[in-house]
Amino acid sequence: MATPTSAALGDIEEYLRGHERKDLLRLITCGSVDDGKSTLIGRLLYESHLVFEDQLAALEADSARSGTRGGDLDLALLVDGLAAEREQGITIDVAYRFFTTDKRKFIVADTPGHEQYTRNMVTGASTADLAVILVDARKGVLTQTRRHSYLVSLLGIRSVVLAVNKLDLVGYDQGVFDGICREYREFAAELGLTDVTCVPTSALNGDNIVDRSPHTPWYTGPTLMGHLETVVPAGGETAAAEGPFRMPVQYVNRPDSDFRGFSGTVAGGTVRPGDPVRVLPAGTTSTVDRVVGWDRDLDEAVTGQAVTLTLTDEIDASRGDLLCAAREPAAVADRFAAHLVWMAEAPLVPGRPYLVKSGTRTVGATVARIDHVVDVNTLERGPGTELGLNAIGHCELVLDQPIAHDPYDDNRHTGGFIVIDRLTRTTVGAGMLRAPLRAAGDLHWQAVDVGKAERAARNGHRPCVVWLTGLSGSGKSTIANLLEKRLHALGKRTYLLDGDNVRHGLCRDLGFGEADRAENIRRVAEVAALMTDAGLITVVSFISPFRAERDFARGRVAADEFCEVYVDTPLAVAEARDPKGLYRRARAGEIRDFTGIDSPYEAPTRPDVRIDTTACAPEEAVEVLVAKLGEMGVL
Amino acid sequence: MTADISTRTGRGAAIGHLERLEAESIHILREAVAESDRPVMLYSMGKDSTVMLHLARKAFHPGRLPFPLLHVDTTWKFREMIEFRDRTARELDVELLVHRNPECVELGIDPFTHGSSVHTDMWKTQGLKQALDAHGFDLAFGGARRDEEKSRAKERVFSIRSAQHRWDPKRQRPELWRLYNARTAPGESVRVFPLSNWTELDIWLYIHRENLPIVPLYLAAPRPVVERDGTLVMVDDDRFPLRPGERPELRDVRFRTLGCYPLTGAVESTAGTLPAVIREMLLATTSERQGRMIDHDSSASMERKKQEGYF
Repeated sequence: MATPTSAALGDIEEYLRGHERKDLLRLITCGSVDDGKSTLIGRLLYESHLVFEDQLAALEADSARSGTRGGDLDLALLVDGLAAEREQGITIDVAYRFFTTDKRKFIVADTPGHEQYTRNMVTGASTADLAVILVDARKGVLTQTRRHSYLVSLLGIRSVVLAVNKLDLVGYDQGVFDGICREYREFAAELGLTDVTCVPTSALNGDNIVDRSPHTPWYTGPTLMGHLETVVPAGGETAAAEGPFRMPVQYVNRPDSDFRGFSGTVAGGTVRPGDPVRVLPAGTTSTVDRVVGWDRDLDEAVTGQAVTLTLTDEIDASRGDLLCAAREPAAVADRFAAHLVWMAEAPLVPGRPYLVKSGTRTVGATVARIDHVVDVNTLERGPGTELGLNAIGHCELVLDQPIAHDPYDDNRHTGGFIVIDRLTRTTVGAGMLRAPLRAAGDLHWQAVDVGKAERAARNGHRPCVVWLTGLSGSGKSTIANLLEKRLHALGKRTYLLDGDNVRHGLCRDLGFGEADRAENIRRVAEVAALMTDAGLITVVSFISPFRAERDFARGRVAADEFCEVYVDTPLAVAEARDPKGLYRRARAGEIRDFTGIDSPYEAPTRPDVRIDTTACAPEEAVEVLVAKLGEMGVL
Repeated sequence: MTADISTRTGRGAAIGHLERLEAESIHILREAVAESDRPVMLYSMGKDSTVMLHLARKAFHPGRLPFPLLHVDTTWKFREMIEFRDRTARELDVELLVHRNPECVELGIDPFTHGSSVHTDMWKTQGLKQALDAHGFDLAFGGARRDEEKSRAKERVFSIRSAQHRWDPKRQRPELWRLYNARTAPGESVRVFPLSNWTELDIWLYIHRENLPIVPLYLAAPRPVVERDGTLVMVDDDRFPLRPGERPELRDVRFRTLGCYPLTGAVESTAGTLPAVIREMLLATTSERQGRMIDHDSSASMERKKQEGYF
């Protein structure tokens, strides 16, 4: 290996041109502290001369204080980052390291190997083209080796380097190395890891890391660095680059009326002026006019480049759309089989509404069901009703609008997605689209000639959902009943959906656990949306304790067709009323998951109407609501 | 599978590492602008800011930059930095906002009488928070790189900050593929680091390749300096209080990082051109942050400063 310094004394201009042209390899290292992973990365940084004198001085001080090498230089300390985890002696997040040689620049995603850190490894693998998996020569292929290999294959990596480390501790025995390689290759083939290279190493002593080791004369393959400098990885970015043209529209660049450019990063294939393209999901077609560069137009753009395209036609395309090769377009669907990796403390609950971001499009989504849960240690499939932190499930994903996509293994950028919690807005999961589910693809929406507008005209009023939320005993049902009577008297067409009544029929099969509650609300929201389409004023009286579900219900109808009413009664007051004796039973432990007692109620932050029942009689509340409906243009 | 990369066939040709870094940064810049209401770019005139600004202009070309630049001034920057700032804003036709913490102006905070940590906290950390709050910016681009310091190796590209601008390591979001989540709750904001995966060498190679103007202080020239506590400090104006016996002398120096001149150490050098600087950098044995005195308190100091809202 030539380090950056080796050529620096020669012709600097020539040297710079060489460095500007070299390519980039992104890799992930998998293994535990015990396997010597941090030492291995520290060794790569150290050997490529990217450890500076002041860092070495700090390292010497750190090694003396907290090193595990008895005062010797502990290279692992070079890569253990945050103060908190250094004190614990383990790394607990994804860290990115950089080193460079004359041939390549490298970005290393360094992730801890413990079982509970599946989340981190999946994150690091998502941008890697290759994985370096460490095993301890004394221990061979372990459960964690299988786990790491499964996770990198799940994320579409096909090229793996197995570093059989600590070979010095088994006397550089070829038999040990060969045995481990044979066992690993068999296992890797089952996972679809098509490109496996095994290297005998000792990161501590530097054997076969950069220079060939004198202790392994029987090994004829490349050193670790030698391999990393030359390998062309399969899978990952390569798979996308070899596929058809794809570009999610990120930004419409419109500086003046003469220029309309579609900016984005090429996610697959190449594109040239004159290429026919299709805009998905709309399906309109056009032809690429220009590939706009910084100082001149480009002849082509390839996978990974961030470009701006202009089209020959004035077609409608905006952020979230996918530009595709017209003859090889991506599929469009709203229902998928997908692998989902859960990354949040709060578990994934089927039926609960989330957001999914795929490419540059963000849509509403629910998991209809979990087909199976994968045990990352045994790789066995089992049943599951929810996904906890670090769990992996094969799920049926349902979106509230269709998206253009490719299977993940064909293209990680058009097949990968993240799941965002509507309330906390944080990223709670990541997924790999496997296949669209035909049921949705073949099930077309039946267009009808009599629509909402015609029904509203016949009824003489616009439809609306009046959604009353509040604790049990807050007075929702009383108000809902009075409101419907009043509207009926006014000659309006109404329907009342009551929480208790619905559970006698439509939702008879559901219990009161979190998943069943979510499904209960989903069904009611869908029924309310149908009734709205039918032109009715639908009064919904449901505890509906979770914001995410109320937001979902709101999202099922138009913005001006939903009125969230917070029937605000303090818990103590509701409990004192206790019209059905439920609080007493919940307190006695006879009823579980009772809202306000042992299950949370998330009060609306910005309801359309708030009714304080301690200061307002039910009849007054009805007047307030009738006035509000007038304001909204419903009445 | 050991074929040379240049022989790769198939429909997608490989692109070089600078182009991949450039594309990633442009993607991040566009994504952040598309997903925020009121973005701003923090601009410090340094080499990283220079690259970040250039990438932003590329990202939105041929349109104008869809956000202003913000310089949080301390009144103690090198004079050449201020000249460079104003010339850049004028020549590139970008909107430039300059904020100086009025409390510091009133109290006359300086690094000599108040010490470097008070100076940095009040002018920079507090000043930055004031400016972001005053303009209601919900997203700010910064030029930090992961290779600068160990605690930054785990920083996200999109870093979520509380309403008090604090960074909480536990609340940072996983970032997969190139799918960034910029959603915030009311009051929260996002710091976005488009140069996360660049190294110091990449920055210099890119400046060279793109032929970008830089503040002349990066190139060696005779400058008046005093040696203080083992560091060469440039006497940039007559506010510099000389200690008894100290006399500025002209020495050939350059700077690897730029900041407040009393807090920025110079290195002796004869590298008067960019290639010469890169050559010296490749041979250098000290990391660039050593010239920044704010890091030296403890090995976890950057992490603590970040939690307090320093970039």
